[in-house]
Amino acid sequence: MKTTILNEKHRALGAKMVEFAGWEMPIVYSSITEEHMKVRENAGLFDVSHMGEICIKGDNAEAFVDYIFTNDVTSMINNQVLYGMMLYETGGVVDDLLVYKFHKSHYLLVVNASNADKDFDWVVKNNTFDCSVSNESDNFSEIALQGPKAQTILQQLTDFNLDDITFFTHQNIRIDGKLCLVSRTGYTGEDGFEIYGTHFDIDELWSIILKSGGENILPIGLGARDTLRFEVNLPLYGHELSDSITPLEAGYGFAVKLEANNFIGKDVLVKQKETKTTRRICGLELVDKGIMREGYKVYHDSKEVGFITTGYKTPTTGRIVALAMIDRPYDKLGTDLEVEIRNKVKKAVVVKKKFFTKNYKK
Amino acid sequence: MSKIIDGLYYANSHEWVKVEDAFAYVGITDYAQESLGEIVFVELPEEDDEISAGGELSAIESVKAASDIVSPVTGTIVMVNEELEDSPELVNEDPYENWIVKIEMENKSELEALLNAAEYKELIE
Repeated sequence: MKTTILNEKHRALGAKMVEFAGWEMPIVYSSITEEHMKVRENAGLFDVSHMGEICIKGDNAEAFVDYIFTNDVTSMINNQVLYGMMLYETGGVVDDLLVYKFHKSHYLLVVNASNADKDFDWVVKNNTFDCSVSNESDNFSEIALQGPKAQTILQQLTDFNLDDITFFTHQNIRIDGKLCLVSRTGYTGEDGFEIYGTHFDIDELWSIILKSGGENILPIGLGARDTLRFEVNLPLYGHELSDSITPLEAGYGFAVKLEANNFIGKDVLVKQKETKTTRRICGLELVDKGIMREGYKVYHDSKEVGFITTGYKTPTTGRIVALAMIDRPYDKLGTDLEVEIRNKVKKAVVVKKKFFTKNYKK
Repeated sequence: MSKIIDGLYYANSHEWVKVEDAFAYVGITDYAQESLGEIVFVELPEEDDEISAGGELSAIESVKAASDIVSPVTGTIVMVNEELEDSPELVNEDPYENWIVKIEMENKSELEALLNAAEYKELIE
């Protein structure tokens, strides 16, 4: 099992460690609910060093990234970050990722840990653009500082005016003297930053940021990372997105620019858009008691019409809700459905899938 | 250090049993609630349900996942702790006070297969 540079610090903080995507990661330090609420109300610090980084350089880098990425890379300005997916020819998702543009011959792809090796192989395989492609995953550590107090905490450690790192842009700046790549991005629905640096620097910054944040900050495990992203309907690969779920079915059409350049998988999505998808990700709220979990089947009058992709009792609102892939026309708001929970049929209803409103600083 | 109470019976699957005459109160141990983390829902069986030792008794949902509660004894459920329906966190707060079900045992000799406090302590250490 791989470990991040922060492994010993997690243990010293009392984290419960679990295996995730081949990495030993902290799932919870104190309690998932407490950590979740700390990020919503103050700030939290996440070790996300398991994420993969792929560097693409070359005269044709812009055309290459545009060819493998669903969003419009040609529209990007320098220092911008863009969210989107890489697709198979079938329209299924290889991975969802962030693209960092330095200039049009230099990009960084930040991908899910669970897919990092597969993604690198995919990028190399499709490199008919004579670019240099390198897997930088082992060279970076990464932490995420998220929450309404994230900027105040980070600003104490840098002379750079963080207002100049606007939503979904990045800069190379010094934090406590250490040169880092910092973007105003995240996976919680809150304002915040993702910080990339050398293993050594990130190891030091972890403690420095926690100290700087004082009682306004907590270290946050993967448990709360998942409840936070779920509440604001951010997808997790393997759940709302997969090689058999297209971005349109997942409801992330905003990250797919069908009118822009050709990208792998586009033809399937164009057809799917014309004919409308046969199913889509919806929100479900349980009427009866219980908790809806991934993989549970969903029925309408005893006919199977879908499955749960993620479900929780949400920490912020206490609602018992789930994201679910539901066949049309049972996806309409207010539709009464049934969920099979541990061999019992429970009533649920289709609701809006933003269970909590994002609080970005744009 | 997880709390263990003398005089109770314990199952390998981390349930405790408190015996009163022919009845068994069943809950989960302190070690179990610590491992599960915050409990957000307890699925209770129905009164009069018949259950066998080793069979699924109920389920406890933590924030992350559902876990089965296995019945340590065979018998009929005569009472469920309905307070847990609205306050599942009571199991975290005091796992030995907040039993889940009361079972009328069919065969008290099944208790002999369970662990005593000292044996359970050894199991979780």
